[in-house]
Amino acid sequence: MKELWELYSSFFRVGLFTFGGGYAMLPMLQKEIVEKHGWATEEELMDYYAIGQCTPGVIAVNTGTFIGSKTKGVVGGLAATLGVITPSIIIITLIAAFFMNYKDSETVAHAFAGIRVAVTVLVGTSVWKIAKKSLIDLPTILIAAAVLVLNLLTNVSPIISVVASAAAGILLKAREGRAGK
Amino acid sequence: MSTLLRLAWEFFKAGLFAIGGGLATLPFLYDISRRTGWFTTRDITDMIAVSESTPGPLGVNMSTYVGFHTAGVAGAVSASLALVLPSFIIILIISNFLKKYKENRVVQNAMYGIRPASVAMITYACLLVARAALLNTELFAVTGALTDLISWKAILLGIAVLASYLKFKKHPIVYILGAAVIGIVFRF
Repeated sequence: MKELWELYSSFFRVGLFTFGGGYAMLPMLQKEIVEKHGWATEEELMDYYAIGQCTPGVIAVNTGTFIGSKTKGVVGGLAATLGVITPSIIIITLIAAFFMNYKDSETVAHAFAGIRVAVTVLVGTSVWKIAKKSLIDLPTILIAAAVLVLNLLTNVSPIISVVASAAAGILLKAREGRAGK
Repeated sequence: MSTLLRLAWEFFKAGLFAIGGGLATLPFLYDISRRTGWFTTRDITDMIAVSESTPGPLGVNMSTYVGFHTAGVAGAVSASLALVLPSFIIILIISNFLKKYKENRVVQNAMYGIRPASVAMITYACLLVARAALLNTELFAVTGALTDLISWKAILLGIAVLASYLKFKKHPIVYILGAAVIGIVFRF
């Protein structure tokens, strides 16, 4: 029961402090999930993010379900999922009910301009940390470079990036296995 | 009751078919708006603006907003739960599969390729937010002066956040709240 509550409250914090798309929760996940509770490793976060990109639904919810169910089965997945969506439901309902001019507020705009800077830096350092663990040899560096260039130059769907990289991983490792024999 | 069920059904479909995060739900919202008249396309634009200035996943923010406008708090809750239900089920299945085949060579090799791709996709997303956070593309378009392109205030704040994060390693919440306050005080 205690762990379920911890899952719920950790993901509640993730939902409350994620400003931006799914990528923006990476620093929060690293702190809450990897460092504080050890529910998943940084490498696993990368797996979940990739799978979350190619499966339907909200990436934050997908990641929550993964980590929750890994830790505490179906109920754990439920606790994490409900945790990550509760702040949004409360905040948006309040805004929709009372502060429809909220989005036109200059103070909010200034606050978010500041938050965007912090998010850039926090996500940047998170990515750097994970890159050091995931880009371990020439093939992984080439895969990352290829996906980044593809994203910069085209509107390629994340599904294609993920499926192609998975295929590249399987093919490269298979060749390596044969060469090793 | 029937409104709640219809809301849930519409958002269940959006949750089942929108792949690739919150923005992928947009075409579904336009479709729902056209067919049901629950909200206008103008409302969708407003929703995006609200969503961009609130925490949390865009998709959930959208479903809460539409649900509340259509059927109050019960509508907000049922639309949001319906939105996340399909991916919840799908991820449970994939998660069990991964647990079972964690030691499988092919799965491990696929993950070996997928991780750098994830790093690259997040780097790309980070570059996009960096452009919005650190550059004044609108001002630059007007004046054409390179010094106007860079938002010096933002760069300074960025350096300060980076230095203090590397040194003190406090919880990300601390830096997010601090940057919000600085943004308000120094009118970013």
